[in-house]
Parts: sequence; C-alpha cells; structure tokens
Amino acid sequence: MNNPQSTQSFESDSELDVSQHLQAGTTLAERYTIQGIIGIGGMSAVYQARDMHFPNVTKLVAVKEMVNRALDPVVRSTIVRNFEREANLLASLEHRAIPRIYDYFTLNERSYLVIEYISGHDLEELVNNSNDFIQEERIVRWAIELCDVLSYLHNHKPEAIIFRDMKPSNVMINAQDHMVLVDFGIAKPFQAGKRGTMIGTEGYSPPEQYRGEASPQADIYALGATLHHAITRRDPRLEPPFSFHERPILQHNPNVSSVLVKVIERALEYNPEDRFQTAEDMKSAMLGVANETGMLSNISASISQAVRPSESIQPIWSFKCEDEIRGSPFFHNGVVYTGCYDNNLYALDANDGDFLWKYPAEGGIVSKPAYFDESIYFGSEDHRLHAVYIRTGRVNWTYFTKGPVRSSPFIAEGHIFIGSDDRFLHAVNATTGRPAWRVDAGSPVRSTPIVANDLVYVGSEAGDFYCLDFTGAIKWRFKAKRAVTSSAVVSKGVVYFGSVDSTIYALDAKTGWVIWRFRLGKPTISTPFLQDNLLFTGSVDGAIYCIDINSSKEVWRYTTEHQVTGSPIILKDSLYCGSVDGCLYCLEFRSGRLRWKFQTEGSITGTPVVWEDVISIGSTDHRIYAFEA
Amino acid sequence: MLRKIGKILGFQKDEPQSSLHDGEADTIPIPDEKIRAVVQPPVAAEQSRLPQLIAGCAQSVGRLRDHNEDAILVYSTLFSNQDSYVPVGLFIVADGMGGHKHGEVASGLAVRVVAREVIQKIMLGFMDIHPTPPEEGIQEILETSVMTAHRTITKESPGSGTTLTAVLILDKHMSIAHVGDCRAYAVNGQGKIEILTRDHSLVKRMMELGHLTEQEASVHPQRNVLYRALGQGEPFTPDISTTTVPESGHLLLCSDGLWGLVPQDEMVRIIQASPSPDSACQRLVSAANTAGGPDNISAILIQLPDFSD
Ligand SMILES: Nc1ncnc2c1ncn2[C@@H]1O[C@H](COP(=O)(O)OP(=O)(O)O)[C@@H](O)[C@H]1O
Ligand SMILES: [Mg+2]
Repeated sequence: MNNPQSTQSFESDSELDVSQHLQAGTTLAERYTIQGIIGIGGMSAVYQARDMHFPNVTKLVAVKEMVNRALDPVVRSTIVRNFEREANLLASLEHRAIPRIYDYFTLNERSYLVIEYISGHDLEELVNNSNDFIQEERIVRWAIELCDVLSYLHNHKPEAIIFRDMKPSNVMINAQDHMVLVDFGIAKPFQAGKRGTMIGTEGYSPPEQYRGEASPQADIYALGATLHHAITRRDPRLEPPFSFHERPILQHNPNVSSVLVKVIERALEYNPEDRFQTAEDMKSAMLGVANETGMLSNISASISQAVRPSESIQPIWSFKCEDEIRGSPFFHNGVVYTGCYDNNLYALDANDGDFLWKYPAEGGIVSKPAYFDESIYFGSEDHRLHAVYIRTGRVNWTYFTKGPVRSSPFIAEGHIFIGSDDRFLHAVNATTGRPAWRVDAGSPVRSTPIVANDLVYVGSEAGDFYCLDFTGAIKWRFKAKRAVTSSAVVSKGVVYFGSVDSTIYALDAKTGWVIWRFRLGKPTISTPFLQDNLLFTGSVDGAIYCIDINSSKEVWRYTTEHQVTGSPIILKDSLYCGSVDGCLYCLEFRSGRLRWKFQTEGSITGTPVVWEDVISIGSTDHRIYAFEA
Repeated sequence: MLRKIGKILGFQKDEPQSSLHDGEADTIPIPDEKIRAVVQPPVAAEQSRLPQLIAGCAQSVGRLRDHNEDAILVYSTLFSNQDSYVPVGLFIVADGMGGHKHGEVASGLAVRVVAREVIQKIMLGFMDIHPTPPEEGIQEILETSVMTAHRTITKESPGSGTTLTAVLILDKHMSIAHVGDCRAYAVNGQGKIEILTRDHSLVKRMMELGHLTEQEASVHPQRNVLYRALGQGEPFTPDISTTTVPESGHLLLCSDGLWGLVPQDEMVRIIQASPSPDSACQRLVSAANTAGGPDNISAILIQLPDFSD
C-alpha cells in the first residue's frame, strides 16, 4: 500500500522556504539593516543587523525572526499576543548574563525581536570547532555564572521564570569569556503542534519534562547536561535519553577532577528530589569545586583519589645502557632483550636485570627483537638483519639489505618477514639466513609485517598497505594518504592499522575494503592493541585512544603531556603505555582512568613488554626499567 | 594448508642447509596456477553447497489497520568465481508513521534511498571488471545513506517519519544501520536468540532505567514515542556497527508489529520448526495476527551459510 504519489499532497504544509530569509541590505522597520544571518532554527532565524538610528557609529544588534504559520486567524493572533507578552517580560530583566531587549514588532506573518548583539560564539560551536577538551577551570567558572543567572530567573517576582531550554547552543560566550543566555523560548509558541506522533527529545531535558512539568530542578538537570556535553564532548542528542550515567565523565575525559564530576552527576539525577534543589545550592557546590581544585594551581595535578602517588611506584630493577633506548624490549624464557642506540643488543636476566651478554651491531637498534629456534633476530641501522644465538650472544648469521632496518622481524613458517629502508619487504629463511623472496614496496618499509591466515600484511612510508600471499604475490593494496609506519593487527577477518594521515583504518582482511575509518587529532605511528572488541592506540596528539571496533566510536581518551609513539599493551585490567613526556602510564583499560605513572628522565618512544606480573620499558635516559604490574 | 604452501616454497625447516650468507634471492615467485594445482584437491564430480544467503519474507497489514505503513527490501546475491564465494545481501525493514497517514511515504523513501546508495556505492563496484572498492568505508556509506534518507523525508514528506533497520552482509562481515524500534535478531543453531539492535523508544528507555514497570509502560501515554526516527528533527544519527556474520543459524529482521506480539521463544520455535525461511515468515506473521494483529507486521528471515566447519 505504499503510494509514492501521495508525496504531492504535502506541498501545502511544507517547511519554511530557506530562500525566504532576509537578504543582507534589507531594512526592517526603517531602522534595522540586515548584515547577515547568524543562526537558522526550525522556526526562527537570527540575523546580525545594524541599528540605523545611530548613523555615525556602527551599533550592531541581533534580530530574531519568527514565522507565524497558523492559518486560523484566532490562533494566529494568540501567538502574536503571547510573543508580545514574552518580549515585555524579557525587556524587564536585568542581569549581566542576559542580553538586553531593545525592540519588538510584527510584520505580516513574521514577528521580530531586537536583542543586544553578543560578539562571540555559542558553546555548541565552541565544542564542535575544537578538537580538544575545554579547560576545567573555564568550565567551572562558566558553571558558576550560569548558576547565578538561573538563580536570578528562579527568584523572579511575582513569578519564577523557568528557562526550560538550557543547552550549549543557547549559551553564548562573550568576548570577555563570560556566559550569556540567549533564546528565552520566545519562539516556542510558533512551534506548537508542529510535530507528529513523535517528539525529538532535546537530549538535555530531564525525564519529567515529558510530562510537561517545568521546575527549577529541570533547569538544573539541563545545566548538568550542558556541562556534561561540554566536558566530555559527547552530544547527548546522539545518545539515548537520560543516559549520562552510562557515559561517566572520567571515562571520556579522565583529566577532570572528581569533585566536579560529583557536582555534575548530582545535577543529572533522574529524580528531581535527588538533584540540587536550587541554583544557589549548585552554585555553592561549584564554588566548592573551585576551592578544592585550587583552580589557580595546575588542575591536572588533582586528578582523583584512585591514583597511587608516584613516589610509591619504584622499578623492581633498572639497567643502564650506554645510549638512548628508542626501541621496544622483548621477553623470552627468563631473559629480556633490548636494542640500544649504542649499537648493542643487550640480554638481561628478567628477574633482576643482571647483564647476561651484549652483541654489537654496527648501527643503532630501534626496533623490537623476535625469537625463533634458539636465536634472537633484529634489524639495525647498519642495514642488516642479525640472527644471534641466545645462549652465547654470538652471531648465527646476518642478512644484508640495502638500507637501514627499522622494521621489526615477524616470524612465521620458519621465515622472517622484515622491511627495510631499501624499499623492500624481505622474506628470509630463519635457519639459513637465505632470502626466499623480496617484494618492492615502492618506498621504505618501517612497519612490522604481520602474518595472519596465510597472508602477510605490511605498510610503507608512501602510505601503501599491502596484503601478500606466501609467494610474495600482492593480493590487494590499499592506499592511505600518508605513511603507514604503524604495524597492523588482524582479528576476525578485519585488519586494523594507523597512518600518519591521522586515521585508524579497519579493512576487510580478505579484500582490503574499508569497513570504517576513525579520525584522530594527529598522525599515528603506534601499533593498535586489541582487547575485548576495543582498540587501543597512541597518537602524536599526545592521547591514548580507546575505540569500539564494532561501532568505530571513541570510548575514552587519555591525554599525556607529549606524543605517544609507542603502543599500549594490556595485562589483566590495566593498560600500560609510554609517552614522549617520559612517563610510563598505567590506566584502567575500560575507563582510561589513571592508576599510576612513573617519570623516567628521558622520553619513552617504544612499547612496553610484559611477562608474568612484570612490565618493562626503555627510555632515552639510557635505562630499561622493570615494574611490578 | 599453511604447511602445504610452506612445502612448495621451500619454507619448511628440514630443507638442506645451504651457505649462511647470501645476497640474492634463490627462489622466484611461483605462478599462481602452479600453486593452485598442488594445493587444491582434484575437483570431484560432487556438488558443493555455496555459502548463499537464503532469505524469506512476509508482511501483513494486521487486523486493525486499514493500510500498511511498513516497507521492506530483500536483496541477496552470491558471487562465485574460482575458489572464492562472496555472499552479498542487503535487508531492510522500515516502519513508517506520521500524523497525516503518510507513514508509508516515509518508510518507502527510506528504503529506496538507502538501498540505492548502498547498491550504487558498494554492489556496483563489486561487479566491475576490475572490482573497485569504494573510497569511503562501509560504515560511512551506510551512515551517509541513512542521513540522505532522513533529509529526503524531511523535505519530501514533512511531518512524517520512519524507523529503519538495515543489515548489509558482505562476505563474512555484517553491518547494521539502525534507527527506531524495528529489530534485528541472530538465532543460532541451538535456538539461542540475541538481539542486535537497541530500540530508540522513550518508554523502553525509562523501563531500562527501572523507572517504569512493564505494566505501566504498556499503558503509558507515550508508549509509541520514539526518541529517534528518520524525518524527525536534528541532530540525527543512526546506530552503526559491524561484526562478523554468525557462523550458522538465522538473522531475523522485523517491525514491532511482530516482536511486540509474539514472544521470543515462540519466534525461535517457529523458525526452527519451519522448512524454509519463507514459510517461517508466513508463520511468524500469522502468529502476530492471531495475537491480535493491532499493527502492521513485517518479517525478513535469512538463513546463513554454515561456516562452522
Ligand atoms: N544576541 C545574540 N547575539 C549574537 N548571536 C546570537 C544572539 N542570539 C542568538 N545568537 C546565535 O544564534 C543562534 C540561534 O539563536 P536562538 O535564539 O537560540 O534561536 P533558536 O530559537 O533557533 O534556537 C544561537 O545559538 C547563537 O549562536
Ligand atoms: Mg536556541
């Protein structure tokens, strides 16, 4: 019974034609000359205009235009009368967070309100146009101002004024960084009866609003929702209603102080009785936050009580090499192996860090070694892949490429797969050191190849990502916009890797088709780590990301003080990751909350290794450290 | 299989030792045909079952409504060539609604717009002489198609709205785009049923939070209110997820006219007792009508290829 013809019958009650908006240069009421459009809503438009009664100066005003679409003349004039009553009420308000009302008038089916022009942005724009979290200090200051203006409205005589529509797009930040409430719902009557059987929830409204109730506690809920959005960067309109508690603030922005979290959570209680009862109560709680966090001192210093003080974290051992450690350590059978810029590969006793042997290459070692059949394998700046006997530390064989080897070896089927700056991916027989084949990748290969389901995956510095079979024949090729230095991981038929083009890719492992792309703030060279349908990776923007691999949505992000070039790894319920800021971070892997961090004296560029309950990492302070996990 | 390939390429360890240092490759890539000749067993004259998606569907206006506002799409293909079999399918259920009886316009538009974009951007590329993958990711294509449908409805049929649940199967990946309260279920061979979508229903939401009992919900004045639907307000975004296709069993897509009336275990029983997806759908729909059939009923059932061996 689907009847496409019936589309026609809608012409009559179709939406306001956007092209009918006022053109720049139009003068209204012989006074306000339109300069441009600022905002378009469903029922109204806001313009910037110049007040021509002040010909010698440029006095800017905002003009809000509402279209009366009621056909019935009685309804129509009721709407206009309501509008005029509201305008009069607004004009009587005086508060620095409320714009002045200068004028109002109605021309045919359109009504206009002339408002003080606020130069600045609304909070929604601010959140959408930046990639970073807003500083907690700023948010607390704004929250105090908003509580203040709500308190003014709720205490209005003879009748309390309920704002009803607190949300980021109705809050502007003026040039002095103060909050101004715009949109006093004056357009609401023009909207009546527009929707069909469904209501689109605003995402910020409390549950009781659906029963048509409006109270100070409703404004408090919406303020909580607005702050939650600003602080987590999660738009509640895209989430199920009343689901704020499912998106704990610290999970999205672990750097927020827990006192602030508590205040916002209280404002967002489901039952109005459980929220702050007045805006003044919420304001004093916010002032408490400002006090406790010392607002003036560094906010990130006061993260949460769950954090173990850094002094209590001490390595169980550390070992000093002669130069920087930029690569990643490797563990096998009681021994930790690490390459170093001093050209040596070190073998250390994993229990106490005692030196066992070192093997000199002729160039620095920046990759991660691998083990196979009584030998340890690694590449070096000296252009070679080295195979060294684990018992003696003596050379088994070396294999020459024509460029520095920064890729790490991957061993499968008795063969070593490794990339080189000579642009080739090499497959070398692990026992003999003889090449099986090499494949021209067109540009240096610094990523580590991986093998999964009989296929080899590797990325190149020109951004090519290859899938090869065991003969070295290319099954498919995918082109990222910039280098793929990160190595791939494969799970359930999907291959995941990051690129310097600031994207994490999920491709069908069989065909290379893109399943999803996730945009990071900055490039990544960190290899993703997968656990429980979550993908973890670091980025040059300084953050450690957790992404849901089914929905490709960000779950949380933890911001360190510098680039994250190594990869995170997970042991039990903790995630460990180093940062160029020199710290090894231990986070709760499901929430991203900081458990502890340890500051080394250099930068950490590599990936930690874990064995039993020990975690180990190298730093450019020349040391390799081992910690109790 | 791995071992076999290893052998051909001289990958295995028991190869005689040769000199330790060497510069040049001594193994040239072996042509594909040669490997296949060794790896593949000679083709016997027996038939092999291809991993196809066998779909059935049924609809009913119900016993109280005078017209059908649901729309469905069933599009199932199989591409088989050499040693690769790629099942491709697109299945959509949309439940339209609107104050002025124009729900069917919205649901029809939604299905057409989404199907058209997906077929154009994904399926046609697949059928190219040199198969070209789309630039965008599969999830982006699904998302854009739903956004386009949303805007088309807002423009062409203002005031009306529709739910939409679309399942796109590409080989072993299954991507779902979902808005509203139609549902997708996976039913495995053992009769375990799992819901793959989350209803965007206000009352449902209050129940989940423990603020309404089932009893209260069933008489709640807003029990039919969705907090997200195509054609109904901004900002708008569908739920999108991609997972591995279950190794065997069935996928069921249906409108609330079915799941609201027929209990889950009854649905499972019918699916397991029916000889084909098509007859299962007929029986599911008539079970909903027997239970009163207050709403339009739509069901699509897909029997999945058995990958479990
Ligand atoms: N007085 C003003 N000065 C500058 N910009 C304004 C002013 N009032 C509103 N705006 C901008 O216009 C947008 C829409 O205005 P608003 O009154 O909220 O209309 P709507 O009813 O469409 O939501 C706001 O989000 C803000 O960005
Ligand atoms: Mg507004």
